[in-house]
Amino acid sequence: MSTKTIAELAAEHGGFDPRIAISFMGKAGHGGFLGMDYVGHGEDWVELSIDWREDLVGDPNTGVLASAVVISLMDNATSMSIWTKLQEFRPQVTMDLRVDYLRPSPKGAKVYGRGYCYHLSHSIGFVRGIAHNGNLDEPLAHVSGTFIRVGDRLG
Amino acid sequence: MTTPDPRTELLPPYARALDMIITGLHNGAPLIEMPFANKVQGRPGFLHGGAISGLLEMAAVAAIQHALHERGDEATFKQVNVTIDFMRGGTPQTTYAVGEVTRLGRTMANVEARAWQDDPAKPITIAYLHYLLKRV
Repeated sequence: MSTKTIAELAAEHGGFDPRIAISFMGKAGHGGFLGMDYVGHGEDWVELSIDWREDLVGDPNTGVLASAVVISLMDNATSMSIWTKLQEFRPQVTMDLRVDYLRPSPKGAKVYGRGYCYHLSHSIGFVRGIAHNGNLDEPLAHVSGTFIRVGDRLG
Repeated sequence: MTTPDPRTELLPPYARALDMIITGLHNGAPLIEMPFANKVQGRPGFLHGGAISGLLEMAAVAAIQHALHERGDEATFKQVNVTIDFMRGGTPQTTYAVGEVTRLGRTMANVEARAWQDDPAKPITIAYLHYLLKRV
């Protein structure tokens, strides 16, 4: 595991690169436990994934993933969408998240989470996101939330 | 480490993987503990919000199961949504959580689950969850 901080990595690479960030965020701590992988990103979005695993199951009768796996995935994807839109890393914490579960994530299926940052104010990053199993048009959950910047603020 | 209650065996694989245990009842609902470890850490030195959310989800599920059992109800339930307020950072120590079933109706249940560390009166995170109840 790298001992560098996200801020140091961002400085080295001339901005925030979600692909580089997840290469260690997905190996350390809770992200490492879940095995979070980079899928893709755009100007204001980041998509990550987690493979289905027996020890992530929330209902042993059906093999459905614990819904908190989706929360962790969407927390990271939406958080990174803010740094991606900013093109730099700024310390922030999750203020709140809401998740609507449209359907369960079935046994054996990889779960994808795409987080979008749709607005940035001086202190707050407004995000939304979709969790799915490989087709964005067949969402399994919708997410919305806010992050608050800590330390330096914009503007 | 507190002695696990036999109900710990009922926790799903996800909870067992994060070493969550049920240690008894708190305000009439199962109390769940989660030890701090690298696998629940987010930014260095703090719990990952998703891991706290997982603890709250397990506390909410245990609270509904307990409440249904108490009234002899064999309904099954499915989570519809959750709203989570992250109020304080989780530090490297044991985290406790308990769910309160604020309403157990015929077709749905409302649950409020709280997580704390040092002081139950200072929650680090609160989750508000809605469940659909189903009867065969």
